[in-house]
Amino acid sequence: MYWNQKCETMSREEMRALQSARLMDCVKRVYENVPVYKKKFDAAGIQPGDIKSIDDITKLPFTDKYELAENYPYGFFAVPMRDIVRIQASSGTTGKQKVLGYTKHDLELWGEVMARTLTAGGATSEDIVHVSYGYGLFTGGLGAHTGAETIGATVVPVSTGNTKRQIQILHDFGCTAICCTPSYALYIAETLAKMGMGPDDISLKYGFFGAEPWTENMRQEIERSLGIRAYDIFGLTEMIGPGVAFECDAHGGLHVNEDHFIPEIIDPDTCEPLPDGTPGELVFSSVTKEGMPLLRYRTRDICTITHEPCACGRTLARMSKPAGRTDDMLIVRGVNVFPSQIEAVLLDIDETSPYYMIYVDRVGVLDTMDIEVELRDGYPFDQVRRLQELSKRIKSAVESSLGIAANIRLVPVGTIQRSEGKAKHVVDRRNLK
Amino acid sequence: MNYVNQISVFVENKTGSLAQVTELLAEAGVDLRAFSIADTSEFGILRMIVDRPEIAEEVLKTAKATVVKTPVLAVRLEDKPGAMNHVMKVLAANSISVEYAYAFVSRDREFAYVVLRVDEPGSVAEVLMENGLQVLGNEELEKLQ
Repeated sequence: MYWNQKCETMSREEMRALQSARLMDCVKRVYENVPVYKKKFDAAGIQPGDIKSIDDITKLPFTDKYELAENYPYGFFAVPMRDIVRIQASSGTTGKQKVLGYTKHDLELWGEVMARTLTAGGATSEDIVHVSYGYGLFTGGLGAHTGAETIGATVVPVSTGNTKRQIQILHDFGCTAICCTPSYALYIAETLAKMGMGPDDISLKYGFFGAEPWTENMRQEIERSLGIRAYDIFGLTEMIGPGVAFECDAHGGLHVNEDHFIPEIIDPDTCEPLPDGTPGELVFSSVTKEGMPLLRYRTRDICTITHEPCACGRTLARMSKPAGRTDDMLIVRGVNVFPSQIEAVLLDIDETSPYYMIYVDRVGVLDTMDIEVELRDGYPFDQVRRLQELSKRIKSAVESSLGIAANIRLVPVGTIQRSEGKAKHVVDRRNLK
Repeated sequence: MNYVNQISVFVENKTGSLAQVTELLAEAGVDLRAFSIADTSEFGILRMIVDRPEIAEEVLKTAKATVVKTPVLAVRLEDKPGAMNHVMKVLAANSISVEYAYAFVSRDREFAYVVLRVDEPGSVAEVLMENGLQVLGNEELEKLQ
């Protein structure tokens, strides 16, 4: 089932012609309206007129997350604020959020790409869609919401938390589709079983899961324990949120909505384009966005891409599940976490040293994060009460910066291993392979 | 000065942490007069009164332990019922709160000593002395048998 058969099944030539026209238009718009891009183009000696087809995309400069931070919050907006109707954001690398502005058209585009996503899994206007991604600045909740509305389904905007209540709603409201993180889907299944229920007690038929890495084993477990078909969703706030790429029943990778988000794979060191099938860094150009189009945005995700048509009939390029990252970003409970955010928090706390170590575990099906923090040398630690207050203060500062909770463990001076060169800050023990 | 230097060591709450500290002190020939542990599920603080706090501090710092020296009061009491009560009544009457306390006895068992951690140990020592109590200084502690 297609939502937009024309765009999802057009020939390679048609797609390239469409991408060429859209890229040229986008280049002109950002050059005229985004001073950062004008500066980058001028520095690279590129004029909008030099871009004559999709093949010229490699002439364009890249955009990276550091530039977003430098131009926080609105520096990459390409339209006046009066045309921006929505702001969404996600964690940034230096403690500054990555902020995205949407015009009315961009929200419609989001609905369109999420509609393709839901339709590929079989959802229609007959469905009741339970959205338990978080609502708010995080793109998950509102992204799934707008897609479900676009296909005319009934949206149940539950958001996160209170799993027993979620199950009650799934059961009583007769929800037929669910959107959440894959780990939360497993947690729902686990809680369902604990409540003495199983797949037959709910009406779910399919689920759309993303915002964090998951495996084929997890898919099988989710499908078995909830009695559904499970589909992967890929997206990132900098592009639009969920809906950049989606899965079909062939499960042969994720179809990129490449008429809107043009994908490239590059060698992360040389920045040279890589051929289909070779793993490299995923780069996107969001050419049809009005509010904040980005050119050649480096996602830091490592994957492969293929332009071969799929068994499902779609011709949209397919990306593999990201197999890692070129930076140290972690995804914990669906939230992007950069160790540097934790470092920024600790630098503001006088009683601690800048040495820390993050341990990420999966307890049952949920991620946990423990942060070991070293006391500052010479800190008068003699009172338990003050140490506990300190620990609490760090915990709440970390939580308000990251948006998720972490356990803080104060450790003696010198406990955390000092490294020469690049410091190791993360021990990820989730073992998702 | 009427206070003594307590040596505190911050350790992780795991097996062997205490032994590392006591081993170092044993090697340096430091005599422990009193010892107390405050712990939570994550960490522990060992607090010690020793005969030579400077040596203890140096040895531990050299071994990269997390150490602080804290002034505390060591109040001498006759080792008999009611002696501790007297100290506590004086403190309460003067609205002095105690962060923590522990006790030790001298070798001849003639006297007991209670170690008190209070804010502003200097003025608290004066209050105690005005009420007829003896508060040890570092030199007296070192000479203590």
